[in-house]
Amino acid sequence: MARVELSSKKLHSEFIKKVAEISGQNIYQCYQCGKCSAGCPMCFAMDVLPNQIIRLAQLGLEDEIASSKTIWLCASCLTCDARCPKGVDLSRIMEAMRLLTLRINKNHIEPSKMSTETLAELPAIALVSSFRKLTS
Amino acid sequence: MELSYYPGCTIKTRARNFEDSAMAVLHELGVNMVELPRWNCCGTVYSLADDDLVHHIASVRNLMHVRKQGHEKVVTLCAFCYNTLHRANDIMRDNAEKRFAINSFMDEEAAYEGQVSVSHLLQVLRDDIGLEKISAKVQKPLDGLKIASYYGCTLLRPKSAAIDNPENPTILQSLVKALGGTPIEFPFATECCGSFQVVDNRDFVNERAYEIINSAVKNGAEAIIVSCPLCEFNLRQAQVKLKQKYTDFKGLPILYFTQIMALSFGLDIKINDFELNSTETQEWLKKEKLVV
Repeated sequence: MARVELSSKKLHSEFIKKVAEISGQNIYQCYQCGKCSAGCPMCFAMDVLPNQIIRLAQLGLEDEIASSKTIWLCASCLTCDARCPKGVDLSRIMEAMRLLTLRINKNHIEPSKMSTETLAELPAIALVSSFRKLTS
Repeated sequence: MELSYYPGCTIKTRARNFEDSAMAVLHELGVNMVELPRWNCCGTVYSLADDDLVHHIASVRNLMHVRKQGHEKVVTLCAFCYNTLHRANDIMRDNAEKRFAINSFMDEEAAYEGQVSVSHLLQVLRDDIGLEKISAKVQKPLDGLKIASYYGCTLLRPKSAAIDNPENPTILQSLVKALGGTPIEFPFATECCGSFQVVDNRDFVNERAYEIINSAVKNGAEAIIVSCPLCEFNLRQAQVKLKQKYTDFKGLPILYFTQIMALSFGLDIKINDFELNSTETQEWLKKEKLVV
């Protein structure tokens, strides 16, 4: 990961408050054991690991989180939640971070741009859950 | 036994092989499944945001219909529907503040307080019917068939919605045994297949399927059984691409657990709608003389 810059302003940012409020989680509980990343089924495709995401969040490094693909690759399988020794539900923190983008009407995927072939091939369960997770 | 039945979107379309086989098997076991007269999509995924109540409304409305129907318990086949309805019900039962907000918003319907219980079919088979009774119905035991049970996520996580031990579930293996088959253990049984990421990141989901299926093969499985229409789709569709990408990849037949039940009960083969499974699965069934 590239060098990051810490500041008192970032450590007390609105971003941290919003993530805590939407997720209902105390992000400072995390002590970086890495069990979330060890069990994550999608981490092979992630540029920033799940445990790194929560560390970035603790430090208020919003831009570093926003520029990574990680939160959009989370499949909400809840393996991290099941295995966290500190009872932190990282899947809720990931959801809160996605919502900070989706709630300003920025979709991560555009259903209207999907081909009719793709739409016809995929079952409803895949489409509905993907649109629920990745569009506003 | 009469139970309220919630189908869900995919069960009525792509996963008809799941529904038709389940209904036939349950009929054989003396269970009358009464479909909810009015149901809507549960939303498929449970909202993980603390401040988001509106996405629970669809699930709660279904639960209200169960009460109106005069039932105390609703059963699903789809693992996603089970998870979403179960957790929405937990909120309505346990969280007074959120219950009040949701009931106030849905003020045209009778207030709901989580009185209904939400079960997955596997729980009904294990706890209400019992594996002994299922075993007694077996006409054509699945002798020698090595079957891996793939659970996926939503039947086991979070813990509050788990139908079995979340890290070491046994319910499907016990069922395979009751049908005369040989259950195969493999380390990917509870690992996520990538779920809805198939829409946006299909290559990654295919890689997940590669790991899951190969792990089952390495442990000696001849087929995989599933209980989730999205797992079924992901593990099935990936195999076409994986055979092109990895020359050593052989793949495995993917079946719903209710389809192997129907086979072992010796029910009319048509109720399994095998045309909705892959061509390879259909060929395998013929090779194993499970379908004539």
